[in-house]
Amino acid sequence: MELNAVYVIVAREFKKFIREKSRLFSAIARPLLWLFIVGAGISRLVPHETGVPYTQFIFPGIIGMTILFSSIFSSISIIWDKEFGFMKEILVAPVSRFSIVIGKALSGTILSTIQALIILALFPVLGFKLGLLQILEIILICVSLSFCISAFGIVIATFYDSYESFSVIMNFIIMPMFFLSGAMYPVKLLPDILRILAKLNPLTYGIDIMKHVLFPDAPGNMGPDISVMTSIAVIIFTSILFVVIAGKLFERKG
Amino acid sequence: MEIITPYDKIPRSLLRGSSLPIIQVENLVKKFGNITAVDDISFEVEEGTIFGFLGPNGAGKTTTINILCTLLSPTSGRTLIAGHDCISESSEVRKAIGIVFQDTTLDKDLTAYENLIFHAYLYNVPKSEMKKRVDDALKFVDLYDRKDDLVKKFSGGMKRRLEVARGLIHRPRVLFLDEPTLGLDPQSRTNLWEFITTLPEKHNVTIFMTTHYMEEAEVCDRIAVIDNGKIIAIDSPEELKKIVGGDVVSITTTDNVHVRKEIETVFKMGVSEKNDELYMTCTRGDTCIPELIRTLGERVLSVRIQRPTLNDVFLKLTGKTIREEETSGSDSVRESIRAYRRRH
Ligand SMILES: Nc1ncnc2c1ncn2[C@@H]1O[C@H](COP(=O)(O)OP(=O)(O)OP(=O)(O)O)[C@@H](O)[C@H]1O
Ligand SMILES: [Mg+2]
Repeated sequence: MELNAVYVIVAREFKKFIREKSRLFSAIARPLLWLFIVGAGISRLVPHETGVPYTQFIFPGIIGMTILFSSIFSSISIIWDKEFGFMKEILVAPVSRFSIVIGKALSGTILSTIQALIILALFPVLGFKLGLLQILEIILICVSLSFCISAFGIVIATFYDSYESFSVIMNFIIMPMFFLSGAMYPVKLLPDILRILAKLNPLTYGIDIMKHVLFPDAPGNMGPDISVMTSIAVIIFTSILFVVIAGKLFERKG
Repeated sequence: MEIITPYDKIPRSLLRGSSLPIIQVENLVKKFGNITAVDDISFEVEEGTIFGFLGPNGAGKTTTINILCTLLSPTSGRTLIAGHDCISESSEVRKAIGIVFQDTTLDKDLTAYENLIFHAYLYNVPKSEMKKRVDDALKFVDLYDRKDDLVKKFSGGMKRRLEVARGLIHRPRVLFLDEPTLGLDPQSRTNLWEFITTLPEKHNVTIFMTTHYMEEAEVCDRIAVIDNGKIIAIDSPEELKKIVGGDVVSITTTDNVHVRKEIETVFKMGVSEKNDELYMTCTRGDTCIPELIRTLGERVLSVRIQRPTLNDVFLKLTGKTIREEETSGSDSVRESIRAYRRRH
């Protein structure tokens, strides 16, 4: 692996992210909208006696959403790079395709962890009392989940050459992943077929571990329902799988 | 243009410690479905020279470059750069080459400086040299003053120069230039070419360029004329022009009728007359003119020599001309499609 190349691929994304203030603004606005408008609306439908207030219940889901959107958006910048030719500059360099994938995945990891942490900082507003250890645990989950979803985004990006595909990715990948992740409602309440789909979604596992940290003892349907070990294993395994697949797909030539 | 003998090349390549051709292509074929973009071509390029691919749209120039620079795998055939196979030793090949693609590959949201630094990291240029190499490259192409401007604010010519500078930062042995002057005005084209012709000397690099502008191909030491994926001629510009049959010399005289008869009997050349001028074709205009003047003396009022252009060569070889409007048309369509997409 070429560390210089990995470094500079990350540095480029970071620089562009800092420069585009509007991107950060809309990246933060979306989860806030869901948390305080959609969440507040739906919480009226949810009886209080479920143990966890609805706005608290969706908090891990909203952090997961932030990670989902920002990781995939970061990774599919590869499609932009292809469209505007910059990808060729990277592809003709003496750099292994694996380094390119790692560089892009780390860019997504860093950018979306930053955004997730901005949302995480709202925890006192929502009435959570978190200790330092819990905060560290959540940060760790954010980092690994971001890496996993970013690597998944790269796999997606290798299939498209122009950003006309953006709405396809938005409607058929990002939104279903969000809705089938236990973010807005517990996975165990879903019909069988949807529950199976949710179990195939790495985001589900990331959100579930956060539930373990934020409200481990929640009664009934609101609490976590996958063991922490299983979730960690799934995230690590799928991360490796996506990186390997993305690397292989990048090797392809016309 | 001077005639370049093979002897001019030998010392330079010996200095680099290799007498092997820097680029070797053997029986290269590339098919896209049922289109044969490159149809069994073979050629070699000597180190330190300028080699040109001249051909119309769709001739297969870019496809060949993409194969040579490891972006595309060939259907069959073998390609070596600096002795390394483009498929099995792609990493060695990538280290040895720099490329300016037909369409720009700069990041328009980064500054000129950042684009070059990105490149330096990508090619593992030692940290201690990085800044100096980037600064030197920017100075070399006269963009040092604009180094902190975003590339999107650059003109087409500036972008092209920046890409050439970028392609040289890692000190490649071969620099590919795919239609480097595309979309530039005549003034910038001339400037860019003057600059490009200094590269083999200054940077010790071999140039592989493509173009469909005839005048541009004249700077090459050797030219391959390519049409429909096939190389139909390969030689120095001078030799290629000989295919057309020589220079056209035209003279005006005090007495066209007599002079015409005299030339026809003394020189045994066909002479034609148009607009009071006498025309004749000589294999070598430069030696033919003094003889004419010696024989005709003061009856000659003016002499004009027209050397054949590569356009004539192309016409002769393929029976068609390379039409430049065709190119600019399709390019501007391409550009406007891109511009449209960018806005939406
Ligand atoms: N990725 C591709 N898929 C299918 N056909 C292709 C592809 N790339 C090139 N071709 C076809 O191969 C042929 C040669 O194209 P190429 O781009 O090499 O031409 P060129 O000589 O560079 O032309 P131009 O002067 O327009 O740049 C064309 O007929 C083109 O349509
Ligand atoms: Mg081309």
